[in-house]
Formats: sequence, C-alpha cells, structure tokens
Amino acid sequence: MELQTFIIDTLSRALAYGTPLLLGTLGEIYCERSGVLNLGVEGMMILGAFAGFVTTYATGNPFLGVLAAAIVGGSASMIHAFFSITIKTNIQVVSGLAITFFGLGLTGVLGRGWEGKPLDASLPIIGSPFLESIPVLGPIFSGQSVLVYISIGLALILWFILFKTSWGISIRSAGEDPEAADALGVNTSLVRYLCVLTGGVLAGIGGAYLSIDYRPSWTQGMTVGMGWIVIALTIFSFWNPLAALIGSYLFGSLFYLSFKLQPYLAPELLMIMPYLTTILALVLLNCSKTFRRRLGVPAALGLPYNREEK
Amino acid sequence: MGFRIEKNPAVPSRMVVFSFSVLSLFLASAVIGIIFLAYGINPIRAYTDVLSKTLGSFYGLSEIIRKSIPLLLCGAGLLLVFRTSFWNIGAEGQILMGALAATWAALFSNFPDFLLIPCLFLFGFIAGAVWGFIPTVLKSRFRISEVITTLMMNYIALYIVLFLIHGPWKGKTMRGFAYTDKFPASASLPLIGNTRIHWPTLIIALILVAAIYIILTRAKLGYEIKVISQSPKAGRYAGISYFKTVFWVMIISGGAAGLAGAGEVAGIHHLLRHPNQISMGYGYTAILVAWLARSNPVITIMTALLMAFIFVAGDTIQLSFGLPSQIVNVSTGLILFFLILSEGMMRYRISWKSKEG
Repeated sequence: MELQTFIIDTLSRALAYGTPLLLGTLGEIYCERSGVLNLGVEGMMILGAFAGFVTTYATGNPFLGVLAAAIVGGSASMIHAFFSITIKTNIQVVSGLAITFFGLGLTGVLGRGWEGKPLDASLPIIGSPFLESIPVLGPIFSGQSVLVYISIGLALILWFILFKTSWGISIRSAGEDPEAADALGVNTSLVRYLCVLTGGVLAGIGGAYLSIDYRPSWTQGMTVGMGWIVIALTIFSFWNPLAALIGSYLFGSLFYLSFKLQPYLAPELLMIMPYLTTILALVLLNCSKTFRRRLGVPAALGLPYNREEK
Repeated sequence: MGFRIEKNPAVPSRMVVFSFSVLSLFLASAVIGIIFLAYGINPIRAYTDVLSKTLGSFYGLSEIIRKSIPLLLCGAGLLLVFRTSFWNIGAEGQILMGALAATWAALFSNFPDFLLIPCLFLFGFIAGAVWGFIPTVLKSRFRISEVITTLMMNYIALYIVLFLIHGPWKGKTMRGFAYTDKFPASASLPLIGNTRIHWPTLIIALILVAAIYIILTRAKLGYEIKVISQSPKAGRYAGISYFKTVFWVMIISGGAAGLAGAGEVAGIHHLLRHPNQISMGYGYTAILVAWLARSNPVITIMTALLMAFIFVAGDTIQLSFGLPSQIVNVSTGLILFFLILSEGMMRYRISWKSKEG
C-alpha cells in the first residue's frame, strides 16, 4: 500500500511537472524539425511565465494570462527567426543564447516588485470521472490542470501533423534538405518562421503554466533551467512528439523523485540524468547509420538556407 | 529607379567591423537607458554615477581587472576554437571542472606546500581540458553536435559540483552550509595590495593571450586553423585533419577555462561553493568576449575588460539604485542582438539600379 501511494504520487507529480517540459519540447521539436536550432527556450519560458503571471494578476483571468504568455513567447521567438532565417547568420547558437540572457535579465529587472504576490485566479482543474475511475491509476488524474490535458492532446495533434499530413512533409523537408524542398515549391522560409513561432508560443505557455498553475506566484528565475532540459528532451525523444510525451513525464518525475528520495539518494545525481541520458542517447543513436536515418535527425539543423547562393 | 538588397561579397574592413561593434554597444546602453527611465531614474545621472564608481574609483577599477581574469582566459581560448567553427559553448562547465580539480588538489592531495599552487593550476588545466576533449571525441567518433554536448556538459559539471558540496566534500567546519572546508594558506593565491586581483592567474592569462597570438601567426597549428576556417575542404586536400586541429584547440580552450576556475577558487573564494557564485556566467559571457575581439587574441584583453566593466557596473547599479543585478544579463543579451544584426548588415548592401539588366 505504501509503495502504491508512492507510485501514484510520483506519476501524478510527473504529469504536473512534465507539462511545461512537454509544451516546450513540442515547440522545440517543430523548430528543429524545420531546421532551426533555438537555444532561447529558457528565455522564452521565463518571459512567458512573467507575462502570464502579471496578466493574470491584473485581469484575474488565467486564460488571458496564458494568451499573453503565448504572445510574448511568440514575439521573442520571432527575433530568433529573423536572425536565423532572414539575416541567415551562421550564429543561431548565439542568437538563442542572447534570448535566454535577455529573458532572464529582463524578467529579473521588471519582476522585482512582483515577487511574493499571491495569485488568486488559477486555471480550472478538470475533473474527468472517466479517467479517475480507472482502477489503481485513476488518482493520478485527479486535480490536474486543464493545461495538462491540452498538452497531451497537442502532442497527439502535432505528431499527426508532422508525420501524417503534407504540412508535416513540408516541415521535415525544410529541415532535411531545404534545397530539394525549395525545388518542390515549399516556401522554406515561411515554414521555418511558422515552426519557430510555434516553438515560442508553446515555450511561453509552458512558462505560464509554471507561474499561473504549478506554483501560482512569481519568482525570479523560476524556470530553473527547464529550458535546457527541453533542449535535451528534444533530442532524447528523437524529434518525435509522441516520444516527447513519455520523455517529459520521465524527466518530470525526476524533479519529484529528487525531492522525495533525498534521504536515500543525493538529488543532484537524479537531476544530472536528463543531460547524461541525452548524451548517451545520442551516442547510441549514432552507433548505427540505419537507426539514425530511420529516426530522422534533421540533416540541415542549424544551417541557414540561402536561396540565391544555390 | 529601384533598389535591392544583395549580398556584399567584400569582406568588411576592420574599421567597419569596429564601428559596428561600437554602435552595438551604444545602442544597447541606449535601451538600458529606457529601462532606467521606466524606473524613474535619470539615465544620464545613472551613467555618470556608474562611471565614477567603476572607472573613477580605485576599488571599481580593481574589481574590473579581477573579473576580467576568467573572462580573458575563457575568451582567448574560445577565440581560437571559434576560428575552427567548433561551437564550444561549454566554457562554463570547463570552468567548474577546473575549480573542482583545483579544490581537490588544495584540500585532499598531499603535495608539499611550495608545489601546491602550481599543482592547483595544473589540475585545473587538465580537468578543463578533459571536459573540452570529450565533446571533440563525441563529434569525431559519433558525429554528435558539439553545441548539444558542450551545453549538456555544463549542466553535468554544475550538478557534480553541487553534489560534492552538499555531500562528500561538505565542510565539517562550515556549520551546515554547502561549502567545502577552507583551503590551507599555502593554496591561496597572492593578491595585489588590498584588491582582489590574484596576479598569478592574471599573468597566466596574459601569457595565454601571447601564446595564442603566436600560435595564430607563427605556428603550424595556427596555419592549419587558418586553412580550415577558410575552407574545411581545402584543409582536407592539404592533408590537415579537422578533428586533430579541433582536438588541440579544445585542449587549449578547455584547459584555459579550467585555469580560470582554479584561479577563482584559489584566488577569491578559497573554497568550493555554489557554481553560480564561482562563475556567475563567465563561460557564457566569454563567448561575447571572443566574438567582439573577432580574430585578434590581443583584442580580447580589451573586450574582457569591457565585459568585466559591465559586470561591475551591474553591481554598482544594484547598490546605488536598487535595481536587480540581472540588468547585466539584459545588457549582454542586447549587445548580442545588436551584434548579430550588424553582422547581417555588414554582409549585405543596398544596390541602386536604374534598370534591371
């Protein structure tokens, strides 16, 4: 019985803590699938967290907060898109890092007066009698926010679009071989812009989930490096939205376990896992060429596409 | 009459690059001025205040110099790496591993006192170099992007240090704080007067800059870097192994970052503590130091001082105006934005045409 509650608690917290990771990862998957590496996830998340908190505090409407976070995250991602797609600098790495610096800095400066303020309004909790009636595992779903369910739905939809529709083919070809995509009439720039935007919007919402729902308050740097875990997760899930679902909850559970198992196991050793396993996953992935091809690492990832140079 | 934006084939001259860099800094400070205004602070007054308390005071100047030491070590190393188009964003982790190894030498090794400081630096160098070497192996053997591995390894280093200071290395004399014990006096670097400038590290940093200058202008490695930076393909025809070059370059760059970490713990803190207090993001800021200096290592002395000035200015703003020191990150981000923008502008030109040919 003891063990059973422990497992249920862990799974329930994994769902809650995995949700911002999942939202961020889904966005980054689209971004990288289209060929753009965005290291600004941490920055976009914290901007979203702050915008979401302030808007919800001011209006009392958490949905407006989520909307504001989406807009702010999306706008930040457009800076990155402009630099890496339009200006075509070879320095996507730096532009992403710049967004992270800027986001952490700006929210730190502007957010000073907002620390410690309580947030009354919160996102609705969805009770799903159907899910909760599942034997044994039912309690996992009680008390989860609406965003948890939305993000699961989103993972399914985004997987379907990416692998089962012509839009998905356009996105993947933009990241795989932009030259060929271009020849086939795909507007590579537009596709990449939209994917980066998707990434920014979802990272922003992921941040808002933290500040509106998970811990309804604002603290400087409250994303605690989640943006970097998202970068790792994107690879760990091999750029697949369904795998991201599993990976997010797996890594999400580490946050809870590192706290819960503290008496027995140093929390740092668990927190190291996302980064270590990502490197190991990459090593395994690259051991076999067919494996690599089947999983589809975007071949043109991080490379700008210059139409006129071809 | 019409105009179109086209690629400018000419390599921008030094003067153009310099003016664009200065313009970027100027624009970034203008935007920071707007933030001051939003907080009801007169930006002109704020800037004069910051200048008088940093450049205009002995303490301020000495702090700028001491914060420029790790930036110079990492920045000069990164400048070398970036010329080979190897994206080492792992200087932060290399600093931490250097600090960790130096701490081990200071606390747990049994080197005689007179050898302790040289060993401390040696261990720092080796640890940083190993941390820089792993991504090159992963790239050459498994074709794994160094952007990802160096980034991930920053966090692995961070959690290793956290693990040690909370666990096995936690100081018995520290009343439950997450520090190691204090270093013995023989492991503490000498300082200049009553400043916090640990001059041995400063001298090592200056020697490194000179060495990198010599490597780039006179040594075989520098020649290979130059060929590779212009065309990796030409390098291959000339019999230059890309990975062999990157391997040496990363040993130097990682080792230099490791030295920076050793210098911070042995010169400033005299113990191992939370990674954010040891490094404060020097490894990431060093990317900016290297980039602003373009391809000339000697200029990193200036750009490291400049970024150190921004760090110290952030502290001053926090003390004088009560604004969070996070304003440093805002300026770093803004400078990077404007630099990328100017990079793009330099590569394009507007051509006026009366008729399409």
